[in-house]
Amino acid sequence: MKYIDEFRDGVLAKKIAARIVREVDPRRHYHLMEFCGGHTHAISRYGIPDLLPSNVRMIHGPGCPVCVLPVGRIENAIQLAQQAEVILCSYGDMLRVPTHRGMSLLKIKAQGADIRMIYSSTDAIKIAQQNPQRQVVFLAIGFETTTPPSAIAIKHAQALDLTNFSVFCNHVLTPSAISHILQSPEVRQLGWVPLDGFIGPAHVSTVIGSRPYEYFAEEFQKPVVIAGFEPLDVMQAILMLIRQINEERAEVENEFTRAVTYQGNLKAQHLVAEVFELRRAFEWRGLGSVPYSALRIKAAFSDFDAEKRFQIPALSIADNKACECGAVLRGIKHPKDCKIFGSVCTPDNPIGSCMVSSEGACAAYYSYGRFRQTA
Amino acid sequence: MMSTGKPVKVSKTAYIRPLDFKNGRVEMAHGGGGRMMMQLIDTLFLTAFDNDMLRQMNDQACFAVPAGRMVMSTDSHVVSPLFFPGGDIGSLSVHGTLNDVAMSGARPLYLSASFILEEGFPLADLKRIVESMAKAAQQAGVSIITGDTKVVEQGKGDGIFITTTGVGVVPEGLQISAERAQPGDKILVSGTLGDHGIAILSLRENLTFHTTIQSDTAALHELVACMTEAVPTIHVLRDPTRGGLATTLNEIARQSGVGMMVNENKLPIREQVRAACEFLGFDPLYIANEGKLVAICPPEAAEALLQTMQAHPLGSEAAIIGEVIEDSHHFVQMETSFGGQRVVDWLSGEQLPRIC
Repeated sequence: MKYIDEFRDGVLAKKIAARIVREVDPRRHYHLMEFCGGHTHAISRYGIPDLLPSNVRMIHGPGCPVCVLPVGRIENAIQLAQQAEVILCSYGDMLRVPTHRGMSLLKIKAQGADIRMIYSSTDAIKIAQQNPQRQVVFLAIGFETTTPPSAIAIKHAQALDLTNFSVFCNHVLTPSAISHILQSPEVRQLGWVPLDGFIGPAHVSTVIGSRPYEYFAEEFQKPVVIAGFEPLDVMQAILMLIRQINEERAEVENEFTRAVTYQGNLKAQHLVAEVFELRRAFEWRGLGSVPYSALRIKAAFSDFDAEKRFQIPALSIADNKACECGAVLRGIKHPKDCKIFGSVCTPDNPIGSCMVSSEGACAAYYSYGRFRQTA
Repeated sequence: MMSTGKPVKVSKTAYIRPLDFKNGRVEMAHGGGGRMMMQLIDTLFLTAFDNDMLRQMNDQACFAVPAGRMVMSTDSHVVSPLFFPGGDIGSLSVHGTLNDVAMSGARPLYLSASFILEEGFPLADLKRIVESMAKAAQQAGVSIITGDTKVVEQGKGDGIFITTTGVGVVPEGLQISAERAQPGDKILVSGTLGDHGIAILSLRENLTFHTTIQSDTAALHELVACMTEAVPTIHVLRDPTRGGLATTLNEIARQSGVGMMVNENKLPIREQVRAACEFLGFDPLYIANEGKLVAICPPEAAEALLQTMQAHPLGSEAAIIGEVIEDSHHFVQMETSFGGQRVVDWLSGEQLPRIC
C-alpha cells in the first residue's frame, strides 16, 4: 500500500488545504466541476469538502458510466437477458440500475435470467467458450477507460472464431459530454450554472491523453486540471485550478503526470479505432441526445455486434418525472435539491441512476455526506 | 401356521457395506431414516462428536438447567467455498453460534447441529467438515448434544448447509445488550478487520488472487470471559460478521438511539486486506469477520478493557476506535485519515465492485 498511502497523507492534505485558504480570493466564488465519478467518490469518501473554504464549491459532473446510460438501453439489456438462450455478462454496479418499471438486471436475475457479474471483458469470452450452446452477450459500458478492453474482447472472439459471443456496445466519450455541458444554455447563455474550471478524469486521460482538453480551455476559456483519483491528487488539482482562475489563465494542466501524457496511450487508441466508430448521436441519461458522443462496432466486426445479431430496437424511455438526475448530472441541481432524494429515492430503492453506483452524485452524497444536510 | 417350536438361528447380522469415505457420495438413503442413515450417524457423527447425551440417541438432549439467565442463538451456515484458508464451514458453524451466544456475556454450554446435505456430496468432504466441527467444539469446551440430518436431491442444495443452535448461561451481574450504548462510551474492536471476507473472496471462482490472508474464524467466549471479569460494566458486545464493522455499528446505533464517531486512523486493518479491497473496489469496513468483536463500555473503563483484550491471544491487536455520541439521526460517522468527515452508512444490497 506504500504507493497509495502516500497519496492519502492527512498531514500533507492539511498543508494543501492551508495553501488553498491562503490563496483563494475571498471576494470571488470558485465553482469547480469534477467530471468523473471516481473523483466524486474520492471527494465524498475522504470528506474533502470539510477541508475547503466556503467559497470553493465542488459540482459533480456526469462522469459516472452507470449513471449516464439511458433507461432505454437498460431495458434493451433486460429484454436480451430474458431470452432463454442468452447469458448476459455485466460489470457489477450496472446490475442495480432501475428502469422506468422498477426492474433491474438484479431483479430479472432473481426471476431466472442468466446474468453473470464479471470483472473483466475476458471473463465473458471464457463464459462463451464454456457454453457453446448459449449466446453470450457482454454488456459493454463506460468511458474511454473501459473501451479498449471491449475492443480486445471482440478481436479475441474473432481470433477464436467464437460464434456465440457478442457485445452490446454502450461506450461513450468524455470530451463530447464536457462540450455538451459547456454549450448548454444554462451554462453558456443563461449563466445559471457558474462553472469556473474542470477537474479532468484520471483513467480516461491515460488513454486519450491531455490533448483533447485543449479545446475546452481555448474555446470556453475554462481551466482544466487532469487529476488522479487519490484525495491528495484532488486537493492539488483544486489548488492548481484556483491559481489559474486567480491569474485568469485557462489552460490544460496535468496533475496526474505519473500516468497521463500529452498523447495518451496510442496503442489503445489505435485498437479502439480499429474496432469502433462514432455514432451520429447517442442518448445520455440526463443530457438527452448528444451528437457524436458514443461508439458503435464497425461493420468489419458486425458478427460480434449484439445490436445486429439480436436486432435490438432503439427505445427512448423518459426518466421518472420526480427524478432530478438529469439536472444533477448537468450540475444545475445539487442532490439535496431533488424532492425525492433520501425519501423515496435511496440506495436501497434507487429511482434515478445517480443513486445507484457509489460514484453517482446522489449515492455518494447520501452515503457519505448527508449528515451535513441534517446537522 | 404352526411354529415348529425351534428358534430360528440368526447366524449373521444384516450386512451393510461400510461407508466409503474415500470415493463415496451422499445418497438420498442417508437421510431416509433407514439403516444407511443409522450407519452415517454411527460411524461419522457419533464418533466425531462423541458425548454421553448424544450417545443416548434420543430425539432430544436432556440437560440440567443452571440457575440464572440463559441465552440461546441459532445460525445457518451456507459459505462458499466450503474450505478456505484458516477454516471451513464446519469450524465456522461452531464458532459463529458460540460467538452469538457469547456476545451476551454468556458462557456457552451446548450446541445442536443440523445438516442439509445434497445428494452426491462427497463423503470425504463431509467427514472432513464433521471432524473440523468436532475439533472446534472440543477446543471451545462445548459439546454438540443433538442433531439432525436431511438429504435433498441433487441440484436442490449447495453441497452442504449447517445450522447450529447454542445455549449458554450469563454470569450474574452482567447487563450486555445492543441497546445499552450511551453517549460518551468508548468503542473497541478486538483485532484486524476484514480478514475472513478477503480470505473467502480470494477463492471465488472468477476472482482468484493470491493472498496469505487467513480467515480469522475463532470462538470468542474465553476472550469475553476475561473481558467481563475485568470490566463487568461493558454495555455492548457484538461480533461484526456479515456486513462488517460498518453494519454492526449502524445496528448498535439504531438499537441504542445514539450516533457514533469513529477514527479511521485507529482502525486495525492488515495491509493485504486494504490492498485487496483497493483493487476490488470494496470498503474493508463492510467485509465480514468471524473471530472479532466490537465492545462498547463506559469511558473510564476503556483503558482497562483494552489492556485485558490485548493480553488475550484473540485480542492482541485490539484498539479503541471511537466513541458513542448523541445524534438523533443515529448516524455512524468517521473522521477520515485525510482530515475530513463522512457517514459510514448501511450497506445497500450487496457490496458490488465499482467499474473503474
